[in-house]
Amino acid sequence: MSALPATPTDALDGILQRHGHYPTELLQILIEAQDLEGWLPAPTLTHIAQALHIPRSRVEGVAGFYSFLYTQPVGRYRVLFSDNITDRMLGNAELMDALCRKLWIEPGKLSEDGLVSIATTSCTGLCDQGPGMLVNGRAIGQLTHRRINEIAEMIRQQRPLDLWPAEYFQISDNIRRKDSLLNLDMKPGAALSAVVEMGREGWLREVQTSNLRGRGGAGFATAVKWASARNASGEPKVIVCNADEGEPGTFKDRVLLNSYADLVFEGMTLAAWAVGASEGFLYLRGEYRYLLPQLEAVLARRREAGLLGRHILHEPCFDFDIRIHLGAGAYVCGEETALIESLEGKRGTPRIRPPFPVTKGYLGRPTVVNNVETLAKTCLIALGGGEAFAASGTAQSAGTKLLSISGDCAEPGIYEYPFGVPIARILEDCGASDTQAVQVGGAAGVCLAGYEFQRRIAYEDVPTAGAFMIFDGTRDLFDVARAFVHFFAHESCGFCTPCRVGTSLLQGFMDKLADGHGAKADLADIDWLDRLLKNASHCGLGSAAPNPVIDTLQKFRPAYERRLVSLDFEPAFDLDAALAEARQLTARDDPGAHLQTHEEEEK
Amino acid sequence: MSPAPVPARKLRVATTSLAGCFGCHMSFLDIDEHLFELVELIEFDRSPLTDIKDVGPCDIGLIEGGVCNAENVHVLREFRRHCKTLIALGACAVNGGLPAQRNHLPLSECLREVYQFRPGLENGQIPNDPELPLPLDKVRPIHEVVRIDYFLPGCPPSGPAIWKFLTDLIAGRTPRLAGGLLHYD
Repeated sequence: MSALPATPTDALDGILQRHGHYPTELLQILIEAQDLEGWLPAPTLTHIAQALHIPRSRVEGVAGFYSFLYTQPVGRYRVLFSDNITDRMLGNAELMDALCRKLWIEPGKLSEDGLVSIATTSCTGLCDQGPGMLVNGRAIGQLTHRRINEIAEMIRQQRPLDLWPAEYFQISDNIRRKDSLLNLDMKPGAALSAVVEMGREGWLREVQTSNLRGRGGAGFATAVKWASARNASGEPKVIVCNADEGEPGTFKDRVLLNSYADLVFEGMTLAAWAVGASEGFLYLRGEYRYLLPQLEAVLARRREAGLLGRHILHEPCFDFDIRIHLGAGAYVCGEETALIESLEGKRGTPRIRPPFPVTKGYLGRPTVVNNVETLAKTCLIALGGGEAFAASGTAQSAGTKLLSISGDCAEPGIYEYPFGVPIARILEDCGASDTQAVQVGGAAGVCLAGYEFQRRIAYEDVPTAGAFMIFDGTRDLFDVARAFVHFFAHESCGFCTPCRVGTSLLQGFMDKLADGHGAKADLADIDWLDRLLKNASHCGLGSAAPNPVIDTLQKFRPAYERRLVSLDFEPAFDLDAALAEARQLTARDDPGAHLQTHEEEEK
Repeated sequence: MSPAPVPARKLRVATTSLAGCFGCHMSFLDIDEHLFELVELIEFDRSPLTDIKDVGPCDIGLIEGGVCNAENVHVLREFRRHCKTLIALGACAVNGGLPAQRNHLPLSECLREVYQFRPGLENGQIPNDPELPLPLDKVRPIHEVVRIDYFLPGCPPSGPAIWKFLTDLIAGRTPRLAGGLLHYD
């Protein structure tokens, strides 16, 4: 690692300059500043604090919050293995172990020469082509031992990433089933022309007629959200596209942004027309940073075509432009108020609602936050009308839904279905067999057992943001739940005690069971923690954190019970081993110098 | 709180201090004149108040202090075996408390510092008499060694808190400390 610069570099000043020295740009500044040296040395943080006239503690607070910002040196090659349950099922642990051995380093540690560091990270959205990894922010999928060998060699030779084989970085869309959205071949601007023709009121009426509901999982009526922001006071109004697709097992937004970016940006512009907004943000999760250049290119092309900027389509009062804001590895920022905090350059701590973002959002202005898929869908409504859109799907769930299918099936990938499709039909289409369970909606979602496969994907039955992970008969559902509990403990933002402490206590219980120290009493404590997390947490992260445990305890209880060694109580640690150090210090080995770990044996 | 209804028979209560300072027991005595009411409702089994050495079948066990050595483990297990309801009384029982401050140091460092390297010691050595219980590598809250039914925090819990807790328990109400009675310091 290079020595710390004696004075902050001109490059850093250039970054600060480019961001206008606005404290709201702090996160973007830190992300770019980190590119200079691969991490954020203390003098850099100090310099940024001084330049932005904000306390250094705030800069450090933000730098310390996001997983992809480093205040300690990391390797010139930063390797992060995606650690979703689907990656684990594809053998990521073994591959990581192999790479560590080949490069002579331990996970989580920096090699002595500063060349490489290897660690795990939450789901990177490559579940359909896992196991996945990020090397210096660039995604590589379909890892095999062969690829790991080659990667080790290239790192050892210090070959620049641009000279690595291009096919490594090829991320496939894997679209397996298309319906109305993915079949839409729209000329950029066509939907916009249609809604400008309708007028703002007319367009909002169409959206209302369509019964479009948010595709991020909660299913809030899009027209209601737009109308509330339109009627709220405060200018300029803001449209935010939530592309912080962090729910483990979800990758539909990755595909939409990769191959349907025009639909997404056009959808944002359609929303701006309805709401009267002039400012737009695409909040792109750090894991998808590799999409940034092509997305910027689409934005530039749309500006040139008069579809963004001032007087869009020559309308005198239609000014709207979009900026891309990068996230930096924080699942909680998918929650809309945490996302807005992050947009403002702060730690991603969820806000108390109300006030809702539609009245007081980004910088206190009326703000609409919509999911990527929701916005893309509005193009369909603009072109085909609200009634046609409402005609497909079910009574309360109009239109189609993109599902990100991964896990034990022959053809993982993106499937678009009209709402109302039964789970069993999906399993058949993707070539799943001997299916034991399906986790719908990601870690925060619902775990369905075989007897529920006639249930349907729809807001009125099984709602989902799109994740659909399949587990066949060879999988242990306790391991699945434990992986999700670890995920939530890692991603808890730390703001409220029930979630910060509760998720880590729950993790402790799951580990205790996994280590073979479980007792019946632990199941009662797990139940109690589940209720506490659900009822006392500040935001949806904490209240969803026990979901995988609640579902699997109900539907796969034997997976827990077979791990219990006692019906009463069992310490999580070995009592006799806890005396070992004292035995050694006193050179004692008499009976009194030992403890039976199982109480029953001691009589 | 209304006085507890008198149960059909006196409840048997045992108390002990493990890795504690007896401060919680002192606080117990701070219920003052309520002690007279209490002895109408309960009788003591093993406790510093009775000097009974071995715990017998009991309704309620009160444990002060965390678990720092092998003897603590034996006593705690005896209590768990004999008490229908076992209560962690005070900060050390609940969290390990002050004695657990040694947990971030290796045990060997603690013992050598005290028995070998302390200024003024000559030929000091770590005591190894079999009569002495061996210390555990870490001080543990009691719920990490046996199942615990209730937790009464505080360093120490105040006399009124202990009185409220016990009268709830004796009357068959789930103990609930409101407002000022519940504190962790």
